[in-house]
Amino acid sequence: MPATATGVHHRSYRSDLALRHTRAEKARLVLVVAALAALPFLVDVYWLSVVNTILIAVVGAVGLNILVGFTGQISLGQGGFLAVGAFTSALLYERAGMPALVSIAAAILLTAVVGAFFGLPALRLKGLYLAIATLAAQTIILFVVRRWEWLTEGQGYLDVRPFELFGVEFVGAMSEVMWYATLLVIATGAVLAARNLFRTNLGRSFMAVRDHDIAAAAMGVNVTYTKVMAFAVSSGFVGLAGALTAHYNSTVSWERFTLEESILFLAMIIVGGLGSVAGSVYGAAFIILLSPLLLELSRLLHDLVPGLDAQFPALELGAFGLVIVLFLIFEPRGLDRIWQRVKEYVRYWPFRY
Amino acid sequence: MTTFVTLTAYGLADGAVLALAALGFVLIYKATAVINFAQGEFLLVGAYTFYSSFVIFGLPVTVSVLNGVAIAVILGVAVERFVLRPLIGRSPISVIMVTIGLSAILTAIMQLIFGTEARAMPPVLPRGSIEILGATLPVQRLLVVVVAAVVLTAFTLFFRYSRHGVAMRAVADDQQAALTMGISVRRVFAMAWALAAVSALIAGVLLADITAVDPHIATFGLLVFPVVILGGLDSVPGTIVGGLTIGLIKMYTFGYLDPGLADVIPYIVLVLILLVRPYGLFGETRIERV
Repeated sequence: MPATATGVHHRSYRSDLALRHTRAEKARLVLVVAALAALPFLVDVYWLSVVNTILIAVVGAVGLNILVGFTGQISLGQGGFLAVGAFTSALLYERAGMPALVSIAAAILLTAVVGAFFGLPALRLKGLYLAIATLAAQTIILFVVRRWEWLTEGQGYLDVRPFELFGVEFVGAMSEVMWYATLLVIATGAVLAARNLFRTNLGRSFMAVRDHDIAAAAMGVNVTYTKVMAFAVSSGFVGLAGALTAHYNSTVSWERFTLEESILFLAMIIVGGLGSVAGSVYGAAFIILLSPLLLELSRLLHDLVPGLDAQFPALELGAFGLVIVLFLIFEPRGLDRIWQRVKEYVRYWPFRY
Repeated sequence: MTTFVTLTAYGLADGAVLALAALGFVLIYKATAVINFAQGEFLLVGAYTFYSSFVIFGLPVTVSVLNGVAIAVILGVAVERFVLRPLIGRSPISVIMVTIGLSAILTAIMQLIFGTEARAMPPVLPRGSIEILGATLPVQRLLVVVVAAVVLTAFTLFFRYSRHGVAMRAVADDQQAALTMGISVRRVFAMAWALAAVSALIAGVLLADITAVDPHIATFGLLVFPVVILGGLDSVPGTIVGGLTIGLIKMYTFGYLDPGLADVIPYIVLVLILLVRPYGLFGETRIERV
């Protein structure tokens, strides 16, 4: 096994199919695993909760990227699908008293079905029209969630009892660490599942439809089936993220699932890189970290600039918009591409190319 | 009967403002094939620039409107040049997201300068009420319809008869053919954005006059989508019919059925139109089917 990539030297199908080919890649993997394992001992509870939020967002961003980045179907309905997942899981866990894992699995399935249903317009509509249709889906789902009094028994939100996994309740001082371990396993699983999805027949047909749907159809890809499946698979991931949000926050209310949430997730995959699983992870981390880091910054500058705290929401919104616009203009392929360029620069150094 | 007349008047006033907002949206889509999610924020910027000239600096209405127009033109041209032009030829998702990013930036700037609380504005259109068919109606709402009608007529005449209007239609029809005829496509793109910002300014000022100057004006931006899908994405007359229809449907739902449903009914109409007639009432049947 070579230390760094110098060319294609595979001698067996097994080595060709491996996810990691070089010693440098393996070493990086070991470092990442070590860093993730050490993280709970290095940061305080507040930052660990930020990391947990990132891990949930990773699942949702990977899901959205499957649909938007890999299949080329624009969706502004992410918030609605998150709501479906969150409410399903919360209701089954809290009111029907099902085990947590069963409620989450049910949420994944139901969100996949709802996603496939709202994906039906994609069979007739493309591009801009699809974006507008999913915008309508978002508004309508949210309206149903808000007005359906049975859901929250008229109080507008739903309390969820503490998460319980294999008889262990996630309460007390260690709950954040327990959540971290659980979410890390789930997020890693989601990322690996997505990574491997694009090595299967279905995943390849997603990309074929994205690149040119008529050409894909000519090559024997069933475009109808592929598009509906893309919406279903993607919504399954999103439903998982929604269910995790519900359990992690132990409360569900419609206010968390507005159009802003859909836009937030779109921003994650744009900043991270459309059509890149790793990019979804970077993007989710970047967008979620943006707000706490800005808060730290405004605390540092607190004495220098008076009145900064009052203006913080506006500054946060402006920074968010600016990040999207700048990435789209200067690096449309996102953080993933920047990371690749850094790696290439190091590999070829001291030569330019 | 009284309720019906009142609801109709309010619906028409809302619809007229919507039609103006949608006009800007259609102009941009027709000329540059960009879906502008920041249309609501253009309304907001328009309302606030007018407010600052009219109230903060105490200038007369006409000067304030001219100030507003100047700033709207600068904003439109700057957005086209620095934000949209680098993205020519990119996928719809990138273009949609860049306008969403732009809307966040514009909202943030307005919030930084003016804060979030609603500000009352002294009346621009005369107040008072008249009685029609037994219903007491505010004159102001009826005048909004009149002003919007005048502006929309002016825009329609501009497209039909003026040199620049014809150039814009030519570019919308076929960019390459327009280029070979010596039309500057760049200038037309800039003009489309500037005119869109101006029509948004007028809509914003009218809206501010019948409600108040606050960030909620921007929420009118999303209602533009049902209007343009109903009327046809690339049709100027469609914005008028679509705007008035959506305004009336919204008000009747508000009055007769359920106030909460009124916020969602435009989107239900939108989905129905997309299923039955995706190119809208007057749009060109150019939509690509899969």
